[in-house]
Amino acid sequence: MSDELAEKVQSVIASSKRIPREQVSLDSTLESLGMDSLDQLNLLFALESDFNISIPDEEAKSIRTVREMVEGVRKLVAGASGQAAATA
Amino acid sequence: MTMVPRRVAVTGLGAISALGQDVSCFWNALIAGRPGIGRITAVDLSNIRFQNGAEVRDYDPAQHFEPSQADLLDRFAQFGLIAARQAIRDSGIVLTPELRQRTAIITGSSVGGQSTQDTQFWAVYHNNSPRVHPLTIPRIMPNAGASHISMEFGISGPAFTVSTACASSNHAIGQAFWMVRDGAAELAIAGGSETPFSFGFLKAWEAMRVVAPDTCRPFSRDRRGLILAEGAAMLVLEPLEVARARGAPVYAEIVGFGMSSDAGHITTPSIDGPARAMQAALRDGNLNAEAVGYINAHGTGTPSNDPTETRAIRQVFGAHADKLAVSSTKSMHGHALGAASALEAIATILALRHRTLPPTANFTTPDPECDLDVVPNQSRPAEVEYALSNAFAFGGLNAVLAFRRLE
Repeated sequence: MSDELAEKVQSVIASSKRIPREQVSLDSTLESLGMDSLDQLNLLFALESDFNISIPDEEAKSIRTVREMVEGVRKLVAGASGQAAATA
Repeated sequence: MTMVPRRVAVTGLGAISALGQDVSCFWNALIAGRPGIGRITAVDLSNIRFQNGAEVRDYDPAQHFEPSQADLLDRFAQFGLIAARQAIRDSGIVLTPELRQRTAIITGSSVGGQSTQDTQFWAVYHNNSPRVHPLTIPRIMPNAGASHISMEFGISGPAFTVSTACASSNHAIGQAFWMVRDGAAELAIAGGSETPFSFGFLKAWEAMRVVAPDTCRPFSRDRRGLILAEGAAMLVLEPLEVARARGAPVYAEIVGFGMSSDAGHITTPSIDGPARAMQAALRDGNLNAEAVGYINAHGTGTPSNDPTETRAIRQVFGAHADKLAVSSTKSMHGHALGAASALEAIATILALRHRTLPPTANFTTPDPECDLDVVPNQSRPAEVEYALSNAFAFGGLNAVLAFRRLE
């Protein structure tokens, strides 16, 4: 299944941490990518900017893996477009 | 000629905070375990994820300043000046012309005139205003508090401002303590002031994701972060012998000051840095760790600070850590950044003097990683002779003061 959103999230992670895209897989943990607390803040900022979403603190705290991050972003993007459709 | 180090007494206190606009309101709220935390009113919160802060309520500048003087003063400098007036009045000191020249003023501030900066920059960036207010620079500068205290009281000795984020005022008080101890000053006004409630600055804190959505619960398992606060606190320091000779009220003695830096991470605290600062304060005061009965913790209520501080305290005090009481009064007055440790110095001094330890308020569930006696929710009578007050800044800059109760 082609999954543009998952691909984009992984690219954002790679560019935010300044590591090669190939190092990032869905099964990677943020910790295994060498991301400390500040790197994770930078990543959340990059994702919020690139996807035009707002990631709540509590949900952000529970995320450990790239896959969880992808699913978290997917949910927020769906929520945002759902809202846009409702107001359109 | 070598000078014998002098003992240094605290003889005047002043405070304005979310717990009230003077020291007695501050202390009464602390021992009642009554937090000053509520919904922030200074800024529009509709685009900010957190809602609560610890603001100074019912503040009217006109009660404290002539309009011409108020024009010169950002809110943070107003608070600094108000706290200094209270402290100087409280000390009963007579500022003779000679003494004025030998008096030091050292203030702490992390961010200076935040609200002035926010409104004036908004005017040029957003409203395309061709100009900002001509007093923007003197209102913003973090040394404005020290300067206005100096001008109002004609104090013309050494005066400067320390900016080490959340440890600013411990660094300021510690430096003033050393200057009085060593004879570089005969008297010192030291403390800090901070007013962080501007929209831009709150957005910056939001992005750090360390501000609690509810309240500040230091050492509780369900703590969710810090609560930002505004306020100011100032202390008057003078040689103990001089204070006794003039019959001044002596609140406590400052006996030690210790500093360190983590040389680690810009935002994640270490165990070793804070531990070394506590050890340095004990060493500076020739204190045994076992003499300490109370620590006013840095205790921000963030997931990261509290377990780290717990381990640092255990590293320094060993088995004695289980005999100590440790509380975070940030649970009540909030985290006033560059003013925080000045407020906490007053909390610590009054805890010694009144033989009552202020609690860690809002406490719910113990956290095994914060397994100290944190005086949950209820103040406690206690005969403590020596106490520490911890401050550990973002950027890994640590400052710890040691106080002694005097009869």
